[in-house]
Amino acid sequence: MFGLTKRDSTLLIIVILLTVLAPFILNPFPEGSAMAQFNAGYPDLMQRLVIFGIFAIGFNILFGLTGYLSFGHAAFLGVGSYAAIWMMKLLTMNVVPAIIISVVVAGLFSLLVGWISLRRSGIYFSILTLAFAQMSYSLAYSVLTPITGGETGLQPKVDDPRILDGALAAGQTPRANFFGLEMGTSYELELGNWIFTFNAGYYIAAIVMILAFYLSIRIFRSPFGMMLRAVKSNQQRVNYTGLNAKPYTLAAFVISGMYAGLAGGLLVAMDTQVGAERMFWTASGEVVLMTILGGAGTLIGPVLGAGFIKYMENIVSKINKSVLEQWFAFMPDGIEDFLIAIVYPFIGKGWHLTLGILFMLVVIFLPGGLVEGGQRIGRLFKRKKPSDDAADGKTTPAE
Amino acid sequence: MGILEVKNVGKRFGGLQALGDVNLSIAENSVHAIIGPNGAGKSTLLNCLVGKLIPDTGSVMFDGQSVLGRKPHEINQMGISRVFQTPEIFGDLTVMENMMIPCFAKRDGAFEMNAIASVASQRDIVERAEHMLEDMNMADKRDMHAAALSRGDKRRLEIGMCLSQEPRLLLLDEPTAGMARADTNNTIDLLKQISDERDITIAIIEHDMHVVFSLAERITVLAQGTPLVEDTPDNIKGHPKVREAYLGETQTAA
Ligand SMILES: Nc1ncnc2c1ncn2[C@@H]1O[C@H](COP(=O)(O)OP(=O)(O)OP(=O)(O)O)[C@@H](O)[C@H]1O
Ligand SMILES: [Mg+2]
Repeated sequence: MFGLTKRDSTLLIIVILLTVLAPFILNPFPEGSAMAQFNAGYPDLMQRLVIFGIFAIGFNILFGLTGYLSFGHAAFLGVGSYAAIWMMKLLTMNVVPAIIISVVVAGLFSLLVGWISLRRSGIYFSILTLAFAQMSYSLAYSVLTPITGGETGLQPKVDDPRILDGALAAGQTPRANFFGLEMGTSYELELGNWIFTFNAGYYIAAIVMILAFYLSIRIFRSPFGMMLRAVKSNQQRVNYTGLNAKPYTLAAFVISGMYAGLAGGLLVAMDTQVGAERMFWTASGEVVLMTILGGAGTLIGPVLGAGFIKYMENIVSKINKSVLEQWFAFMPDGIEDFLIAIVYPFIGKGWHLTLGILFMLVVIFLPGGLVEGGQRIGRLFKRKKPSDDAADGKTTPAE
Repeated sequence: MGILEVKNVGKRFGGLQALGDVNLSIAENSVHAIIGPNGAGKSTLLNCLVGKLIPDTGSVMFDGQSVLGRKPHEINQMGISRVFQTPEIFGDLTVMENMMIPCFAKRDGAFEMNAIASVASQRDIVERAEHMLEDMNMADKRDMHAAALSRGDKRRLEIGMCLSQEPRLLLLDEPTAGMARADTNNTIDLLKQISDERDITIAIIEHDMHVVFSLAERITVLAQGTPLVEDTPDNIKGHPKVREAYLGETQTAA
């Protein structure tokens, strides 16, 4: 299908189903129940799940295929965001030009950063990208304040030019839209005690993510993708086989930078404001975690990693002391207090501690990430099946 | 004039003069062996030919053009392929993918942005790589990860990868080290066949004298960074200086 092998098509269909049905999948608990606060099927979170999925898919094209570990990709996301918001301020609140320009600008910026950083490899490359990102971050707060809005950031204002849009009716605020369809538009479906929200912005971001995922499959399976894996495996052999590794890695860097810009543009399309903090180094680190946690170098890994981290972030950081008290209420007082004291540092604001521990466990026990975990579980189930395979195995040598 | 002309090449590593004053001319379509004891500078000399090292002095001309100052991939695209002393292959890729990469390099040059079509749709490359694997007797290992191959198979794969580029000059750094006797003989036959059938020049570094005397038309003996003698295999066998400096040593060792 669409030039993909059967296996890849299956993967694509799974991703399509997951994203299309996300409003159901992420809202398993009935409204008003004690668990309802752990529902993740609300537009804002669902949008971020797919947008960070795009970010991670792109990052994986660089890191997963070439092995070059960038610690500065949030800079491209940030630059894309700024470009998008300027498009909205100057041209139109339609998200299409904003998203296109975010990809273009992030691509140009990553061309510059990649061209310089790729003179080095290994840890020096990582440090160079980190330095660029931190430089962009501080510039956004200082010298570039006229473009970035400094600490207050940028958002559309009523008196922005928006030369393509007509004048706003009195009292209206500019809203991001897709040819008139506002991003915030939602349709709520009530089924018994459940409420499912279908949000326009989410579905636009989801379609973009599916396209981005499809493109990444094509890249993985192409000669270009194979060259990138060759660079990761043995750069010396690449060079002595008459291939110039530099343009290959640079192209991968720019493509992943464009994915980051696309994610940045979509963030603005969904929530029309930008601040420099999205370029901070922790944001660059987060996409590294997503990719490794999900499974670097695998197709679906980054999508899973991004979804997992954003979902857990949402759930774990929502648990507070009173929730814990509810959970452990059935226990004797002393033990209850003890358990709460132990769990407390890992929840709410302590979410990063939980993430750190999860990450360590994955890297140590599942170096291939969640994808490897899934494969291991799959193998367990296969082994339990009646031993047809084993019987085959025994007869072959006799023939 | 040979296809490769090395003139007055010298290379120092700190206090060590790895190559003294090397002059070497390799005739087109010949098989030329370079032998010498460990540390004689054989690999260093190859490094100077393929752009891995830049010699301190002298010149290296390939087919009338200087290779000095060119990048390794440019030198390869001029028609020089090298098999390394320790196998350099793509360990994380399958044997088939390993074989396809040099085919792509041959067809598309140093860089080609071919990011949408699938590898499997490149019929010419697939066929060529499959054909090469058959030639190397490795078709059954096609889907194995190259890292899982035996040492001898890794070498054969690397030789196949270099041959698939149809180089004009093939540099082999101890290609049969670590191979079983049968594989060594297969490799000798393969190299013989290739040098008979194609327009290819082969320079081979080898410690195994059986391989050297089965293949080489001329032999250069290198010791402590300088060529001791250069002659035909028959003359080298009887050369007193060589027996003393090299052959005698290995024969008693064996
Ligand atoms: N990059 C380097 N830096 C420093 N010294 C080096 C370097 N490469 C080689 N040498 C030294 O130069 C000398 C020649 O090494 P070379 O590898 O060329 O020998 P060789 O003839 O290939 O030996 P062998 O038969 O063991 O492969 C050795 O003493 C080696 O230690
Ligand atoms: Mg050597």
